[in-house]
Amino acid sequence: MSPDNYVYLAAILFTIGTIGVMTRRNALVAFMSVELMLNAANLVMVAFALARGNLDGQVATFFVMVVAAAEVVVGLSIIITIYRTRRSTSVDAASLLKL
Amino acid sequence: MNVTGAEVTFWIVAPLMVLGALGLLFFRKAVYAALSMAFVMVNLAVLYASLNAMFLTFVQIIVYTGAIMMVFLFVLMLVGVDTPDSIVETLRGQRWFAALAGLGLLGLIVFGIGGALAGGPQVGLDDANAARGGNVESLAALIFGRYVFIFELTSALLITAAVGAMVLGQHARVRPKPTQRELARQRMVDYAASGAHPGTLPNSGVIARHNSIATPALLPDGTVSEASVSPALTSRGVILDSPALSRATAEAFAAIEGVKAEEDEE
Amino acid sequence: MITLETLAPVAATGMFDVAWLMIAVPAVSAAILLLFGSILDRVGHWLAVAAVLFSFSIAVCLFAHQLLVAPEARAVGVVLFDWITIGSWKITVGLLVDQLSILFALLITGVGSLIHIYSVGYMAHDERKRRFFAYLNLFIAAMLILVLADNYLVLFVGWEGVGLASYLLIGFWQHKPSAAAAATKAFVMNRVGDLGMTMAVMSMLALFGSSAFVDVNARAGQLSPFWATTIGLLLLLAACGKSAQVPLQAWLLDAMEGPTPVSALIHAATMVTAGVYLVVRSHAIFEMSTAATTAVVIVGTVTLLVGAWIGTSKDDIKKVLAGSTMSQIGYMMLAAGIGPAGYAFAIFHLLTHGFFKANMFLGAGSVMHAMDDDVDMRHYGALARVLPITSITFGMGYLAIIGFPGWAGYFSKDAIIEAAFEHSTLVGVAALVGAGVTAFYMTRLMLMTFFGEKRWREGVHPHEAPKLMTVPLIILAALSVIAGFAMNFWIQDWLEPAVGNHVVEGSLVPGPIGWATLAIVALGVGLSWWMFGTKPVPEIAPVSSNPFTVAGRNDLFGDAVNDTLVVQPTMVLARGLVANDEAIIDIGADGLGAMFAGLSTQTRRLQTGQVRTYALTMTVGALLVGLVFILSQLG
Repeated sequence: MSPDNYVYLAAILFTIGTIGVMTRRNALVAFMSVELMLNAANLVMVAFALARGNLDGQVATFFVMVVAAAEVVVGLSIIITIYRTRRSTSVDAASLLKL
Repeated sequence: MNVTGAEVTFWIVAPLMVLGALGLLFFRKAVYAALSMAFVMVNLAVLYASLNAMFLTFVQIIVYTGAIMMVFLFVLMLVGVDTPDSIVETLRGQRWFAALAGLGLLGLIVFGIGGALAGGPQVGLDDANAARGGNVESLAALIFGRYVFIFELTSALLITAAVGAMVLGQHARVRPKPTQRELARQRMVDYAASGAHPGTLPNSGVIARHNSIATPALLPDGTVSEASVSPALTSRGVILDSPALSRATAEAFAAIEGVKAEEDEE
Repeated sequence: MITLETLAPVAATGMFDVAWLMIAVPAVSAAILLLFGSILDRVGHWLAVAAVLFSFSIAVCLFAHQLLVAPEARAVGVVLFDWITIGSWKITVGLLVDQLSILFALLITGVGSLIHIYSVGYMAHDERKRRFFAYLNLFIAAMLILVLADNYLVLFVGWEGVGLASYLLIGFWQHKPSAAAAATKAFVMNRVGDLGMTMAVMSMLALFGSSAFVDVNARAGQLSPFWATTIGLLLLLAACGKSAQVPLQAWLLDAMEGPTPVSALIHAATMVTAGVYLVVRSHAIFEMSTAATTAVVIVGTVTLLVGAWIGTSKDDIKKVLAGSTMSQIGYMMLAAGIGPAGYAFAIFHLLTHGFFKANMFLGAGSVMHAMDDDVDMRHYGALARVLPITSITFGMGYLAIIGFPGWAGYFSKDAIIEAAFEHSTLVGVAALVGAGVTAFYMTRLMLMTFFGEKRWREGVHPHEAPKLMTVPLIILAALSVIAGFAMNFWIQDWLEPAVGNHVVEGSLVPGPIGWATLAIVALGVGLSWWMFGTKPVPEIAPVSSNPFTVAGRNDLFGDAVNDTLVVQPTMVLARGLVANDEAIIDIGADGLGAMFAGLSTQTRRLQTGQVRTYALTMTVGALLVGLVFILSQLG
């Protein structure tokens, strides 16, 4: 089957993830949106692995998952650390990176 | 036209995934969003299965849904599961611009990138999977063959992430750590106030073949010293019953002594 | 058009190798006097006098040499050093000691030494006299550079130098605001003339590739009429500035603010004659353009009448003499403008004028010295008995200037009037009238100062000047008497190889024009005697409604004319430029700055510090990059 449909689906998921990053104020939900984006990419790679007939796409997906796991670990500890000091998980709270 | 199982699966699963993603976007309560996310992950696993990637299906469920999303939920519990996000958007026009940018991105991906990649041969994965006798074996051949260096790097990454999480997870001290001097002083004060022993605790005892920390020491009068074993072990009841162990020796000794005393009297 | 013999100077030999010392010694002396400070306050002036006398001695030796050799070998060119070498232009600094310049050198150094000696006495009580003598020496050096230069650029160096010296000396008593203002006025009006000089020199460099006299004289014949007229008029402008001719005459009367020796040396004998020197030196160019020569004649004629007019109405003795100087230089310009017929007479009159005008100025200084520095002639009177030497020497100068037969001015001025009549009757009549008016006001001066009743102020006890002042007076008076007769039959032949003048037969018996001149002079003297000699002179100038008198007293409204024509438009222009600067340019510059500040303020708003804004920016950026990529692939 052609990977076109999967590409469209992945595009939709990716877009929703992007909009979620830009729109949600809760740090955790924003992080989850990032994970959604990663998953969309994974979907595309697996679809094309099927289409092109070699497993390199699946290997790449596997490594993406590994890296995503590591990233989630560190990211969440950071969020907890920030929460400990600020008592808030709103991304709007950290707004000092400006002139 | 043949309607394959993969197509049916796709058309059932895809709308559900989109709904789940929209749920992530629109639910105000963070836990609902997390649950929608988990829903999307599971559907994704189903899609992988339909795409002939069995290993990845299970990895997706175990790692992504089972580990990552659960970690998310744990952290949500820690940081406040009750307060919903407010609806009011603080940045002016952010929602509109975000929607516009998102749509633009969608268009770019679909028409720009997708258009370039679409088409081409549709080679199935059967041969690739059969090459080494199964999906997992073929994947393993690739991971430990061509991509072994990346594999090693990712393992280093995982270790770094774990260490980083540990470092970040430490509590910061609220009070300064008491110095040795302060501890000694406190011990003296306690001794003056309540007669508590200011010295070190007695070590564990040694009897027969036992000298573990579950072995109590004996005081000079033969009784067991409570301070030589951990109270936790005591409450658990795993302390070696040394009087019981020594009873046999004591009886034998008493018998020998009795015989000796009888001989002395004759 | 008359073809001229090219002046072909001979190479320098012997004596001429040290000709440059004439210039160097006074210059070094000036530097020493200025730099060594107050150590030299007591004896500095003798160093200055020695320097000028040294230059005079060299000039005499060079003159003697020239007298002894054949006329062809008299002009000597001395090359000193290369100055500017750019591309194909090579400008050297050199001296041209020929018949014309040696006469000037003798006049400058001779009269200069006499005036230096006079100044020792005149400035004896001034505490800044060391500087005075330094400036005088500087002037001598610069003036010698001017007359001895062999190309126009070096001449211009001397030109500027004498302008500087004049400024320093007019404003010598710098505590007086009027003196400072007069010095600035002189300098600025000279600058206008310098504009003409620079443009003329640059035109020569452009057209001839060289500004050396030999080259200009050789190639002047190739000039187009337009360029000959243009360069001639520019040179005339320069001469007007330096010689105080109309329209640049207003500074000369104010220049009398300087000490009297300065007026005598600079504004009578030498600097103001530099314009005449320039015109005569550039004869090759002037002869190529009748328009230019006519302009010179007109300028000369107008100035001689204007100067005479002013001289009749002034009560300040120095201002009368200044008006007289203006008028006499008008005569010289007139003669120079007439052409080859008049060059020699212009120089002749220049030399005799140098003697008698310096004589009269020094005499006026002596009178002022006697009258406690009062310059108002209405406070003089009956000084002949009290100041015998001064009055007799002044009288000699007086007789010379009115053209009394036998005295110096008689020969030179009459020659000019005759040449004027030959050129044009109108000009001749003007010159004749000028002679009459000259006689009128000079007689008035003599009567008011030396004769009549005493009108002295309280506490004024006139006494004769010391010997240091009277001896130069006597020498100059002697020259006023004999110089004309001595040079009359000799100067035309002497100058002919240098300036190409026509040699006119002269005779001791006056012709009809000569008689007419004598008659007019007598008429002027008589009229003056009747007006001022027979009646007592009022001590306060009587209010007059006579337009001639009013005009004369106000310098013919020269200052008002300058103000309206030049000063006011310049001020308007300056104010306009300032307004333009503030309104347009400042707003432009400030606006540019404000625009950038505003732009940056707006751009700063991009950085809200909010993570989500940055996420949006990143997405938009990625979109744009993607678009660019795709569009570039399409094309």
